[in-house]
Amino acid sequence: MKKNILKLFKKMLRIRMIEERISSNYKLQMMRCPVHLSIGQESIAVAICENLKDQDLLVTAHRSHAHYLGKGGNLKKMIAELHGKENGVAGGLGGSMHLLDLKKNIMAAVPIVGSTIAIGVGLAWANKLQGKKDITVIFFGDGATEEGIFLESLDFASLHNLRILFVCEDNKFSVNTPINQRQNPKRNLCKLSEGIGIKSYKLKDHDLMKVFLKSKKIINYIKNVSRPSLLDIDTYRYLEHCGPNSDDYLNYRNPKEVKKWKKNCQIEKYQNLLFKQKSTKLNDIKKSINKEIDNAFKYAYAGKKPKKIILENLIIKK
Amino acid sequence: MKKIISYGRSIYEALDYCLNKEKKIILMGLGVNDPKGVFNTTTNLFKKYKNKVFDMPVAENGFTGIGLGLAIMKYKVVITHQRVEFSLLSFEQIVNQIAKWFFMSSGKVNVPIVIRLIIGKGWGQGPQHSQSLESIFAHIPGLKVVAPSNAFDAKGMMISAIQDPNPVIFFEHRWLHEIKGVIPKKIFKSNLNKANIIKKGNDITIVSYSYSVIEMIKANKFLEKLKIKAELIDLRSLKPIDIKTILKSVKKTKKILVVDNGMTTCGISAEIISLIVENLGKKIVCKRIGVKNSPIPSSRFVAEGFYPEHDIIFKEVLKILKIKNKLKLKKLFTDVPDKQFRGPF
Repeated sequence: MKKNILKLFKKMLRIRMIEERISSNYKLQMMRCPVHLSIGQESIAVAICENLKDQDLLVTAHRSHAHYLGKGGNLKKMIAELHGKENGVAGGLGGSMHLLDLKKNIMAAVPIVGSTIAIGVGLAWANKLQGKKDITVIFFGDGATEEGIFLESLDFASLHNLRILFVCEDNKFSVNTPINQRQNPKRNLCKLSEGIGIKSYKLKDHDLMKVFLKSKKIINYIKNVSRPSLLDIDTYRYLEHCGPNSDDYLNYRNPKEVKKWKKNCQIEKYQNLLFKQKSTKLNDIKKSINKEIDNAFKYAYAGKKPKKIILENLIIKK
Repeated sequence: MKKIISYGRSIYEALDYCLNKEKKIILMGLGVNDPKGVFNTTTNLFKKYKNKVFDMPVAENGFTGIGLGLAIMKYKVVITHQRVEFSLLSFEQIVNQIAKWFFMSSGKVNVPIVIRLIIGKGWGQGPQHSQSLESIFAHIPGLKVVAPSNAFDAKGMMISAIQDPNPVIFFEHRWLHEIKGVIPKKIFKSNLNKANIIKKGNDITIVSYSYSVIEMIKANKFLEKLKIKAELIDLRSLKPIDIKTILKSVKKTKKILVVDNGMTTCGISAEIISLIVENLGKKIVCKRIGVKNSPIPSSRFVAEGFYPEHDIIFKEVLKILKIKNKLKLKKLFTDVPDKQFRGPF
């Protein structure tokens, strides 16, 4: 078990360190695209993706870095994409909000809230029609559950018994608009989804191992029974909605709430659990991650600019 | 060997052919399994192709996204809406996702999706069942937009659209479905980017598409009585526009009337005339007519004059040619496609 925890911790730490590097390098004005950093929310992506096989499909939304990296998406190509380079995952044409890595079945990320939910259902339906048992994981936020397309997608998934895990990362804010200005406090996402015939679960804590164990059970159920499920997990982003900085000075979030969630930091929690203070082992892990990140940025810097002439041929397939 | 079938039957035959031929294909939309089968274009296909034809929940944006998901997984997808207005609920998926998927994936993933949109007109269908919104779709990079006017093109272009690797918006006018035409018995395909010169002439070029082609042909019968030789062009494809064919024609005739099947403001006709002016300067006399720039009323008592029907086309041509009308054109306003029609649509 401890070995397993260490493995997951490393993955989580890696994502945190990548996101922090993006944040600190952002001021260099070389990554000129909007970024929605996953700092604070890494545990969910790591825990759930650990239960997936390579052939399982994944779609996500604007805050996608953790999901992409959790599922094994290519780091070098992701950093190159953020730099607008030809060697990026989408040839530099999409930026941070359009990550995909087809080798790892990371099929799409798009920034229009709720949009990928239906697309993910379509992927799952294609698998079902072909008799494949691979599951599709669809990540979205609390805001997306207010979109019509969310209910439309759940309805179809339930009707056709599709193998889908819907994961709601409820970080309480849509951009800077709090949930209490968007939803009645009595609104219950799990009940809503249960009403459509989908088994649904709520986790009020994004604890790494709790999410890992819970999603493991649910994924087994989805695979065996061929029914969709929904997992709604409370979580919190540390930085601003979009960009590399903290925006606590705006005071749109209750400082007590921010403090509470930062105290529940999954990196710190599992670091304390796994390592003694001044652990050389931890330092070694960090060193090797830093080296990987250095290389990814080098790869991005070395990348060529996309060719304008090629763009012309990407509007319509000849 | 040839046969005579209706436009609607042509669509049916094209769908039937592709459903049979393609292993990975889905036909979906509200009412495709309905006994009336989307104006008899899909009747009983779901019985013939069990895992290929699906009726849908009333969730246009959702099922369009689902269609995109299928296309990403290498399915050919045909989505049907009984009126173009319902597709507006799925505009997010069409404009942001489907149209840009090939581009956003830097050419890694193309999405072969045909979206069938039916344009309504007459019999009191009113503001939300009778719009011609073709130009909105033609505005979006990444989409092909076609609007065949006859049974031959309907079949050939539908087969080509389904086999095309790109998303294709396929406009069918409700008033065309029952009109019969001659088509080969053998399977055939048609270009998705070529206009068709229906009739050659030197006096004036008239360009139109979809149902308005029928009105253009009707108007031409009266023009012929006045010995006016118009060159008639059926656009067929609204994106891309086959501007070469049009330019060649106007270089000869020096005059053009564009009969827009939709509204003229920011419309297909606006695009055509812009292209002519950009290419040939002020040498060509250009005029356009189309649907009135207004919501369309339900009441037949006031709907007259909202569409560019043959009497209006006739008068406009005479105006351009500066010919005084000696011919009395007897035209009764009608809100039905043919005398037998007893409604509703």
